[in-house]
Amino acid sequence: MTLRDFVNKLLGRQPASATTARERLQLVLAHDRSDLNPELLEQMRREILEVVSRYVEIDLEEGDVSLETEDRVTALVANLPIKRARPVVKPDAAAAAEVAADEADEPVWTASQA
Amino acid sequence: MTTSGSRSILICSGKGGVGKTTLTANLGIALARQGMRTAVLDADFGLRNLDLLLGLENRIVYTAQEVLAESCRLDQALVKHKQEPNLALLPAGNPRMLEWLKPEDMERIVALLRESFDIVLIDCPAGIEDGFKNAAAAAEEAIVITTPEVSAVRDADRVIGLLNTRGIKPIQLVLNRVRPKMMANQEMLAVDDVTDILALPLLGLVLEDEQVIVSTNRGEPLTLNGSQSPAAQAYSNIARRICGEEVPLIDPAKVRRGLRAKLGQLMQTKIF
Ligand SMILES: Nc1ncnc2c1ncn2[C@@H]1O[C@H](COP(=O)(O)OP(=O)(O)O)[C@@H](O)[C@H]1O
Ligand SMILES: [Mg+2]
Repeated sequence: MTLRDFVNKLLGRQPASATTARERLQLVLAHDRSDLNPELLEQMRREILEVVSRYVEIDLEEGDVSLETEDRVTALVANLPIKRARPVVKPDAAAAAEVAADEADEPVWTASQA
Repeated sequence: MTTSGSRSILICSGKGGVGKTTLTANLGIALARQGMRTAVLDADFGLRNLDLLLGLENRIVYTAQEVLAESCRLDQALVKHKQEPNLALLPAGNPRMLEWLKPEDMERIVALLRESFDIVLIDCPAGIEDGFKNAAAAAEEAIVITTPEVSAVRDADRVIGLLNTRGIKPIQLVLNRVRPKMMANQEMLAVDDVTDILALPLLGLVLEDEQVIVSTNRGEPLTLNGSQSPAAQAYSNIARRICGEEVPLIDPAKVRRGLRAKLGQLMQTKIF
């Protein structure tokens, strides 16, 4: 945040338009670069949450799956706070969730794509 | 496809009207003035304009089309600039060329040009379709030009992605139509915003400059007559950097003086 944005905020004004432009661009480019439209991303988010919640109880309110981009590298970032581990894993779910199992006790993971 | 030391540079943007042709014309002249044997190739076959900006529109006899059809030699189609004989234009052919032109055709043309020129600048059409792909096929390096506006930056990003997958490098950035006052008031994307987002090294900054329009009216690029206008200096500096010289970039904040400018600078301080 720049000093101007801060002053604007104090005065209840909109942020400078350049700040808005930068934020909008970063978001739209993250999607452009990954070729994922918001609909697909939402579907993926739901499926990820579904798989993860077979293993651990997660806070669905706090959970967040989003695309972030820095230096032309877009990353899928999932931040899923865990409430507690589930005692038993349902057998039919085990195969589908092989990848997630490795990191079941790890609340954050990242999959990068150049 | 290296022809001993000769370079081929694509000038592209994605979005139309951001200043590709103006940059190509001015760099062509500036590089020629530095003693480089320079060819500019108008690869915008649909909407050709490079001839007009260079003031060469009345001297075209043959075009890239006849060269490809082998109905004339390359040197017959090249239009030499009278005041700057180190510069030659290979004009775009008829827009109907787009129906049959293939990337290999462009490769052939540029390979031919590289035999007799130190540097070949390719003025790319807007868009990311066939016209772009044809033009890009023949380039080893690229200059992406954009303006500090969301749509232009987004389109530039698409183009950079395509250039990357083609292994074209280096890819360098020119930021055009910069308005220092708007930047100071944070009503225009800052230079760092654009370079960070696109993750490209900055080759040059060109200010918004009325003289650009005056010079296109006359068909005399600003770099031709030693103009001291801001855009003229920017184009010359870019040409020098292309030749490997280290020329410091201008700081848009320093272009303005006085208390308001100082205050604007202060307000841009990143606090967190
Ligand atoms: N730095 C500048 N200052 C003012 N006008 C500019 C500048 N650069 C380009 N222009 C104007 O913008 C318009 C588009 O430029 P042009 O080079 O034809 O773009 P492109 O080839 O990318 O379509 C022209 O009218 C040109 O005069
Ligand atoms: Mg053009």
